[in-house]
Amino acid sequence: MSGAPGVVAVVLVTLATLLIGTWGLRFSRTTSDFFVASRSVRPGLNASAIGGEYLSAASFLGVAGLVLTFGVEMLWYPIGWTAGYLLLLVLVAAPLRRSGAYTLPDFAEARLGSRRARAACSVLVVAVGWLYLLPQFQGAGITLAAAIDAPTWVGPVVVGAVVVANVSSGGMRSITFVQAFQYWLKLTALLVPAVVLIGVWMSDGSPGSRLAEAGSDWSLPLATGGGPGLYTTYSLMVATFLGTMGLPHVVVRFYTNPDGRAARRTTLVVLVLLGLFYLLPPVYGALGSVYAADLAATGEADVLALELPRLMVDGVGGELLSALVTAGAFAAFLSTSSGLSIAVAGVLSQDVTGRAWGARRLGGVTAFRLGAVLAVAVPLALALAMPNVGVARAVGLAFAVAASTFCPLLVLGIWWRGLTDVGAMAGVVAGGLGSGSAVVWVLADGSASGWLGALLSQPAAWSVPLAFAVMVLVSRLTPHRVPAHARRFMVRLHTPEVLELDRG
Amino acid sequence: MPDGAPPPRVRVTGPPRRVTPRPRTREIDEETELGGVYLGSLLRAQLGLAARAIGLLALTLGSLPLLFHLFPGLARVQVVGLPLPWLLLGVLVYPLLVLLGWRYVRRAERNERDFADLLSEVRAEGEA
Repeated sequence: MSGAPGVVAVVLVTLATLLIGTWGLRFSRTTSDFFVASRSVRPGLNASAIGGEYLSAASFLGVAGLVLTFGVEMLWYPIGWTAGYLLLLVLVAAPLRRSGAYTLPDFAEARLGSRRARAACSVLVVAVGWLYLLPQFQGAGITLAAAIDAPTWVGPVVVGAVVVANVSSGGMRSITFVQAFQYWLKLTALLVPAVVLIGVWMSDGSPGSRLAEAGSDWSLPLATGGGPGLYTTYSLMVATFLGTMGLPHVVVRFYTNPDGRAARRTTLVVLVLLGLFYLLPPVYGALGSVYAADLAATGEADVLALELPRLMVDGVGGELLSALVTAGAFAAFLSTSSGLSIAVAGVLSQDVTGRAWGARRLGGVTAFRLGAVLAVAVPLALALAMPNVGVARAVGLAFAVAASTFCPLLVLGIWWRGLTDVGAMAGVVAGGLGSGSAVVWVLADGSASGWLGALLSQPAAWSVPLAFAVMVLVSRLTPHRVPAHARRFMVRLHTPEVLELDRG
Repeated sequence: MPDGAPPPRVRVTGPPRRVTPRPRTREIDEETELGGVYLGSLLRAQLGLAARAIGLLALTLGSLPLLFHLFPGLARVQVVGLPLPWLLLGVLVYPLLVLLGWRYVRRAERNERDFADLLSEVRAEGEA
């Protein structure tokens, strides 16, 4: 275990994050700055920020470990996380920006004209956000424990404190700079060691993978088990491809673009940045199968990317490279947690802390700060209370839940005038219950094999079509509830801003 | 009229215009049937574009699991020093996604430009 370089790396990343956040504070004045950076972020900067926020611990450490443990089929995760942005680009990016709403509940209320639909979406945003924040905090604990021998509670507490400080001081405006910086930090932190390690591997005479020789299952890009395995792979694709657009911290970023055209261009740059990044984690997985195959056997695969430089390069060089990866991993926890906290805090401050309680009513920025504290405190307490829940799998399920609820709501809301509030809520409930029961089942460590196990542990392939079907069917049964402004809203969503039109 | 003197100049004019040009954006603002047709054409064009991108994605990426399910032997094929699954899933997928996205953005912007051009043309009454 390394000492000094790892500690220095973590301290540097934390300081840089706080410094850039404080610097961004100079530009944050209004409530609009806090929520959406006053909608003036250019595509290049915004795309870096989206990339920085999106590439979580699961991408940075998880993919390499999963590939080492389960084989080539795990490459579908990074593919799905990237392809999700293509689906987001073609189906929702520009209209979502043009809708002019701050958050997902805002969109639901504006499109459906219903306070109840808004409330349902708020609850869901907070639930998905917390489900996703929990493993970020736990991952931070595991990483610091592996890198610098800290007790497991240190990581979550440090990450939580930095996130609250940054989010509540500068809001979206300052976080945008922090996230953009962290994308490039993460890329560097994986790229430089990867280049060195590939060099080492080639000078060793390019030895083949020990795991690929051991069994053919490892090198096959499919889940094992014939028919159910094929289903699992396709279902994972559905969940990740369609779930991305429904993640709260992803959607909230789109409101920071100046207009619909910029939202599209931003998304395209995001595709490039993600594609660039995701070339790297599989390299660690592949090299791990040559040099560190025993990590998979001992169940420590999650720290593969942290340990590999040390295993392959002797002396100070290996220590320094490992410290660089540690810095990147820490940046991953910080940036994803910040993004999620912003999204959750935005919703909480509009629907909970910003409401009038008795005679008192908090101002916009104060309500946002209180929302940020709440957004971080709850999952932090959960992470400290149960450090060993099988949440790595639950993150995958967060995608399934998002794909089964927000995805149909967004896609039908944007492209189909006939969607009604009753239909939307019925679909969200159906998809949420379907995929949510799978979450509960997995968290409770239920076990079943064959088709039943596959259907329960990877629900998206049936829960997404179910949600779509219920939404369309119930909307058709309640045509009188189509909002009167539906057509005007379509004009707002789809027409380019250069035209002078009445957008309602 | 005496010879040599040129005839006085006559200004030739058409009938006076009584209607001011009516911008087509009004059709949409007033939610007329014609406005509905304009908006519907934009929506169909953009949705068709999205459907084509998703279809291409399904045909290429979506066919891979089935392909490897039916022919597991493909996993052992080596191409330019890399196993085929690694080359396809680890590398080539990403340029494909970017290409699909780039093509979509270009065409979606063109659709919007065409729509803006169509609506910006002013239309006098009586014109077809």
